[in-house]
Amino acid sequence: MAEGVIAYYLTGYGNWWLIGILLLIGLWGIVAQHNLLKKVMALNVMQVAVILYYLNAAQKSGTTLGVLRAGEKVGDVAAYVNPLPHALMLTAIVVALAITGVALALLLKVYRAYGTLEEPEVFRRMQQQ
Amino acid sequence: MRKSFGSIILNVAFRHLTPFLMLYGVYVLVHGHYGPGGGFQAGALLGLAVVLVQMVQGTRAEWRIGVSGGIILACLGALIYLAIGLAPFIWGGNFLDYGVLPIAATPAEARALGILGIETGVTMGVMGVIIVMFDLLTRDNGEREE
Amino acid sequence: MNIRIASALVLALIAIAFICAALDLPPAGDHQAPAAQHVSPRYIEMAYQETATRNMVCAVLADYRSFDTLGEILVIVIAGIAIVYIVGISRPADEI
Repeated sequence: MAEGVIAYYLTGYGNWWLIGILLLIGLWGIVAQHNLLKKVMALNVMQVAVILYYLNAAQKSGTTLGVLRAGEKVGDVAAYVNPLPHALMLTAIVVALAITGVALALLLKVYRAYGTLEEPEVFRRMQQQ
Repeated sequence: MRKSFGSIILNVAFRHLTPFLMLYGVYVLVHGHYGPGGGFQAGALLGLAVVLVQMVQGTRAEWRIGVSGGIILACLGALIYLAIGLAPFIWGGNFLDYGVLPIAATPAEARALGILGIETGVTMGVMGVIIVMFDLLTRDNGEREE
Repeated sequence: MNIRIASALVLALIAIAFICAALDLPPAGDHQAPAAQHVSPRYIEMAYQETATRNMVCAVLADYRSFDTLGEILVIVIAGIAIVYIVGISRPADEI
C-alpha cells in the first residue's frame, strides 16, 4: 500500500519537483555566483527548466509524438501528445538562443573594457576610472 | 577567428561532413510536414555547416558568409515571412491567412505551401543570425571585416 | 554571513514551497489535465484537414499561431543586428 502511494507521487509529481529544483539551481547560480559567464550559464539552466515544465504539462501517458501516422485523416486525441506546448517551446528555444547571443556579446564588451568577468572586480575597476 | 585550429584530420573530415550536413538541413526543412523537423532545426543545421568551415579553416576559409552576408540573409528571411503574411490581402484574406492564395487546388494544400514558405523564411533568419553570432563573438579585439 | 549560504537557505525555503505547490498541479501524463482540454483536441483532430500537414507541431507553429512566430523571427533578427552594434563596431578598449 505504502509502496503504491510512493510510486504514485514519484511518477505523477516527481517530474514537477525535479523541474522546480532545476529552476532553483539556475536561480541560485544567478544570485550567488560572482562570474558573469556563470550567471549566463545559470540563466540557460533556468530556461531549460521552464521548457521542461511546459513539455511535462504537455505529457499524456501512452501517447506518441505529434505527427499523424500515414493514412490517418482525423487524429485520435487519446493517441497523440498535446502539440501546443511543443510549438510554444520551439519559439522559446530560439528566443533563448537570441538572449544567449546578446548576453555573450555584452560580456565580450565588458571583458574588453575591464579585463575580467568577476563581478566585484568589474565594479572595483569601474569605480577607479 | 583569426587562427584556425584544424589539424589535417579535421581539414579532410569536414569536407566530407559539410555537404551532408547541408543536405540534412534541407531535408529537415522540406520534410517538416511529414516528420519531426521544421524551420528552426533546419536553420540551426545549415548555420552549423557554415560555422564548421570557419571553425576548421579560420579566416582563410574560401567559403564563408561574413557578418554582412549573415545579416542580409536574416533580414531576407524576415522579409519573406512578412511578404507571405501580407500576400493574402490581395485575395481578400486576413494577415497570414494563406488558405486564400491561388497556389493549390484546395485551401488546405495552399496552407501547406504557405507553411513551407514561412518555414523557409524562418530557416534563413536563424541561419543568418547563427553565422553572425559566431563570426562576431569569436573575432579578436580590433579585427575588422575585410 | 556568506552570501552564497544565505541565498542557498532562501532558495531551500522556496524549494519547499515549490514542492508543496506542485501537489496542486495535475500529475504527469494525465489525459484530463487542463492543458489537454481547451484547444489541444481541435488541433489534433483538425490539423490535417485544415492544413494538409501531418506534423501538428509544424501546423500549430506556422499556421494557427503564425503571428507568434512572426514576433519570434523579428526578435532573433533584431538580436542579430544588436550583436553587430554591440561587438561589430570595434574600437580599442581604452576609448569606451
